[in-house]
Amino acid sequence: MSEELLRGKAWLFGDDISTDHIAPGRLFHLRTDLPALAEHVLEDARPEFAASLAPGDFVVGGRNFGLGSSREHAPRIIKLAGAGAVLAQSFARIFFRNAINVGLPVLQCDTSGIGEQDELEVDLSAGEVHDLTSGAVIRFVPLPPVMVTILNDGGLVAHVKAHGGFALPQG
Amino acid sequence: MTALTLAETIIAAHAGLEAVVPGQIVVAAVDVAIAQDGTGPLAIEQLEELGVASVKAPTCVFFIDHAAPAPRRELANAQKTIRAFCASSGATLSDVEMGVCHQRVVESYAKPGDLVIGADSHTCMAGALGAFATGMGSTDVAVGMASGQTWLRVPETFRIEVTGELRDGVEAKDLMLTLIGDLGADGATYKALEFGGPGIVALPMPGRFTMSNMAVEAGAKAGLMPSDATTREFLVGQGREEVWRPLAADAGAAYERVVRLDARAIVPMVAKPHTVDNTAPAAELKGARVDQVLIGTCTNGRLDDLRSAARILRGRRRAPHTRLIVTPASQAVARAAAAEGLFDVFWDAGAVVTNPGCGACVGIHEGILADGEVCLSTANRNFHGRMGNPEASIYLGSPATAAATAVAGEITDPRELL
Repeated sequence: MSEELLRGKAWLFGDDISTDHIAPGRLFHLRTDLPALAEHVLEDARPEFAASLAPGDFVVGGRNFGLGSSREHAPRIIKLAGAGAVLAQSFARIFFRNAINVGLPVLQCDTSGIGEQDELEVDLSAGEVHDLTSGAVIRFVPLPPVMVTILNDGGLVAHVKAHGGFALPQG
Repeated sequence: MTALTLAETIIAAHAGLEAVVPGQIVVAAVDVAIAQDGTGPLAIEQLEELGVASVKAPTCVFFIDHAAPAPRRELANAQKTIRAFCASSGATLSDVEMGVCHQRVVESYAKPGDLVIGADSHTCMAGALGAFATGMGSTDVAVGMASGQTWLRVPETFRIEVTGELRDGVEAKDLMLTLIGDLGADGATYKALEFGGPGIVALPMPGRFTMSNMAVEAGAKAGLMPSDATTREFLVGQGREEVWRPLAADAGAAYERVVRLDARAIVPMVAKPHTVDNTAPAAELKGARVDQVLIGTCTNGRLDDLRSAARILRGRRRAPHTRLIVTPASQAVARAAAAEGLFDVFWDAGAVVTNPGCGACVGIHEGILADGEVCLSTANRNFHGRMGNPEASIYLGSPATAAATAVAGEITDPRELL
């Protein structure tokens, strides 16, 4: 991953935040207008979130974040709304893969000690989350090399365009 | 030679390798790539970004099933984009009258041994044909359509060994809800579920589809069944006998975990709001009032499912306070159901029979819940907000449980009405 240092406040969400919380079916007609859909991101979990987050703030979940539908609109609108990354204890598979494909950092780490609105600093290269409010340092699980490659290339489409096909570390 | 699980066998064949091991990253050839009207427009955007004028994967299909026919202008326009792309790119179009993508895929497109990717999480349903089928996002599917390839991390496999046969009034849905309750909604994240044993050999194809469909509800990447005589019989019925071939895991394949289930011990189950692993026997929820029942969807909208519901609904009516919506999974299912008079049974019971599609299950149209309402659905998800209203609650159950619940107006073990 890049050398970036991300900084923002923590917005806490619980376990099992589904793609229906993030981008519900009742807003299906907005899927072809992502900026409009992003105004409702995570609305059914925390109605105030979309209007209140500052650019770079973090979505902090519990277990199994992003379960459910394959709708890639979910990570896209989290990114579009300005979130810097999603931190969670664990991620559902399709959401995790989609997030990398669209360039949204998803960090698996122990989020249980993070408080609401804690000031966080994420050091992507060191693999650490610094909770500046509590002073805690949290290690996150490194992304698999294949996903680092895709993320560094700017997402899957950019990767395929740059290499004329897949050029992934295999093994 | 290394003994391989079913998932490993199929992935190795598509990666041009003798064998693969869990955790290995491979680039594999795609046989079937699909998207629907919710994920298709974004996939088309990505295909255009890739500069792809014609698709390369052998079978590429766009299904208009989520909002079919279009209930509003934005969706009509999105569907117009899909039709135009199919006309110019060589992709196949399955239009509004044809039904739900997963049912259409097993009726007409996927074969035993195939690698299927789909921009819909329940793409795993095709695993019941002995295929490796998995849900991905629009971008992954666009790249798969464009290049005929996808990358995969070879999953570890959980073997789900089923013995015994289901008792009368108990269905594959109950077996799967029991399993998901045991595994947990993230208990099989990144894993392949491989179903087998005498209980699976005895399970007819519709039940196999229901179980593979819901593999993702335990977090799994795929849910595979062996391809056997039952699979062959199904494909013969679809006029596709020539695509059948037998397929099973190698003896001695390595499983991360083996889960054993006795089908005879299973009872009618429901998943309570708002997660699929929040399960309980239907009998324990007696008295829970229900405002709407939905019978259908890719999970349980096949002919056998409609027959199961009709068996209970015949000569009975829905409770006055309980709306009943029946949505066949495909036009082929609807045609067969109509031919044997099942729609008359549903109409006589006070049901609405809708066009085949996903509408109510995903909360788009044709069955949105009101504030505070409770639905019992035969679908695969009961998430908060799923059926179009975050102030409503959803229970999941089998077609028999759904029919019994519609009659009683409260959650009911269907064996009471057999």
